[in-house]
Amino acid sequence: MKPITTITNTTIPLMKDNIDTDQLIPKQFLKNILKTGYGRNLFYDWRYLGNGRLNTDFILNDPKYKNASILITGDNFGCGSSREHAVWALKDYGFEVIIAGSYSDIFYMNSTKNGLLAITLPKSQREILARISSDENITVDLPNQEVRCINYKFNFEIDPLWKHKFVNGLDDIAITMEYDKEISQYEVTIPNFN
Amino acid sequence: MSQTMFDKIWDKHVITGKVGDPQLIYVDLQLLHEVTSPQAFEGLRENSRKVRCPERNFATMDHNVPTVDIFNIKDEISRKQIETLDKNTKEFGVRLAGMGSDDQGIVHVIGPQLGLTQPGMIIVCGDSHTATHGAFGSIAFGIGTSEVEHVLATQTIWQTKPKTMGIHIHGKLPKGIFAKDIIMGIIAHEGVAFGTGYAVEYYGDTISNMSMEERMTICNMSIEGGAKMGSIQPDQTTFDYVKGRKYAPKKIDEAIEYWKQFKTDDESAFDKVIDFDVNNLAPFVSWGTNPGMSVPVDKPFPEIRNADDKKAYDYIGLQPGQTAKQIPIGYVFFGSCTNGRLSDLKIAAQILKGHHIAKGVTALVVPGSREVRIQAEKLGIDQIFKSAGCDWREPGCSACLGMNPDQVPAGVHCASTSNRNFEGRQGANARTHLASPAMVVAAAIYGHFVDIRKEVI
Ligand code: SF4
Repeated sequence: MKPITTITNTTIPLMKDNIDTDQLIPKQFLKNILKTGYGRNLFYDWRYLGNGRLNTDFILNDPKYKNASILITGDNFGCGSSREHAVWALKDYGFEVIIAGSYSDIFYMNSTKNGLLAITLPKSQREILARISSDENITVDLPNQEVRCINYKFNFEIDPLWKHKFVNGLDDIAITMEYDKEISQYEVTIPNFN
Repeated sequence: MSQTMFDKIWDKHVITGKVGDPQLIYVDLQLLHEVTSPQAFEGLRENSRKVRCPERNFATMDHNVPTVDIFNIKDEISRKQIETLDKNTKEFGVRLAGMGSDDQGIVHVIGPQLGLTQPGMIIVCGDSHTATHGAFGSIAFGIGTSEVEHVLATQTIWQTKPKTMGIHIHGKLPKGIFAKDIIMGIIAHEGVAFGTGYAVEYYGDTISNMSMEERMTICNMSIEGGAKMGSIQPDQTTFDYVKGRKYAPKKIDEAIEYWKQFKTDDESAFDKVIDFDVNNLAPFVSWGTNPGMSVPVDKPFPEIRNADDKKAYDYIGLQPGQTAKQIPIGYVFFGSCTNGRLSDLKIAAQILKGHHIAKGVTALVVPGSREVRIQAEKLGIDQIFKSAGCDWREPGCSACLGMNPDQVPAGVHCASTSNRNFEGRQGANARTHLASPAMVVAAAIYGHFVDIRKEVI
């Protein structure tokens, strides 16, 4: 995984609570063999009209927000089914950071496994971020656990374990591989009846 | 302090970490199939990683495979998933029971059948019905795709040790009552979430007297009660079953001596114990849209108690107070990792012999593996099904989840030997009714469910 330290980019506000994984990526798009290619169907039911045309009223389709990689959103983000595709879709679309009020456990765990930084800020602070203009950058500084924009600076909490993973670009496998010696020692003790 | 079988197996597999925190545990066997493995192999490739122990992994194709004309897969993505598994297993050196091979079948049917599943093991698979393998006295549970990748790369997994629950099952099974009725009865009685957070062990005289195939049916549906895994202590029945199979240990006597240690010391070792008496158990049929929504065949469907009940009745097109006899069966699915084994086909064939399925009923018979199909054909079971008007198919998951072309039409009631009756599971708006193989085959004959204790057996 790529290390994540400081991300500076524009934001896109979607201040809705309980955005579930069906809304992030409907089940008809799960039949695939790759982790990539899901971005075009992210928020499918909101992004497209029944006839497959773009819903121009939906904020993701507003050209102003085309390059934003930081999503500002509501509480209980990513609830519903356990599909990892929801995280894959957000990443594939280009999101690097999600700033929500809270997350479903499974979604959060999946985000840590796939290098999508999901942080939590209180509603008052997210409302400030949601009002920032579409061409203004904000900075998410993971080592210092700060979100900065022109006039504000907010601190966020993150489990030291996940922070360590993100900052060093470690994935679960890389972390486990640090135990390679212990695993090899264990393997020698497995009884063999062949 | 007394320990459960689960504790003993778990403790033997811990590499690092302490109880209460995530612990790194060793995985003896990972089973793979075409749907939940492609992204895992892709992840390895992206990071230039290898499979740590190819010999501890085994793959097959089951979820998507057609049950007629198996080499002609029309759905492009299904075909792609199957080709991808073929390619991935070759590239990474993992054994594969591929399309048309004698070893191919539903992943939870072939693991035991090939002797891959053994007592004392930790077994994982990217599939929730992995609990099936717990019937051999192993710890077996389903995992997600990132975890599949993690196991491929490291042969280990991070897990927090769950609590343990003992389910004491005792009494003599009445005539016409089967393993499926026991597990459906437990779920109907205790609810679909009773096992959440627990590793379950089934024990008692009823279990001791069961064959391995019956034990697998019970463990298989543990997940329908919310449990992550279900298990049964290994005993002589287990050892006899494993002995001589293709991948069973060569020094089998030594292995058996080793396996004998995996026993629960006494009931006090469990965090929770449930008691279940089977002496008066009746055949169960599901009326609703989760496996807990089931009743004995001679009892009326319940009143509407909440919004879920209301929604289930609306979907299924039935009314409170009706009984299973009033369900008009249009489709029958015989198969799955719950009840698609040889003993299930034998029971059904015995009842079906000399009968024909009811007019207007479509009956699909899908053996759980090619080996099951071959054995059944040797016994002439296929002929019984065919002459009764059933469709005798190639093995696979088939209409259990309808990822291949085998789907129950919208609005049609299906008597099914599978394990899930969720909305849309067997096809859009399909109406699934779970029951034992004997009950399902009787429903095929009559065109509705009957009380097999009175009318058939
Ligand atoms: S038979 Fe059904 S439950 Fe079993 S593995 Fe296949 S799809 Fe899953």
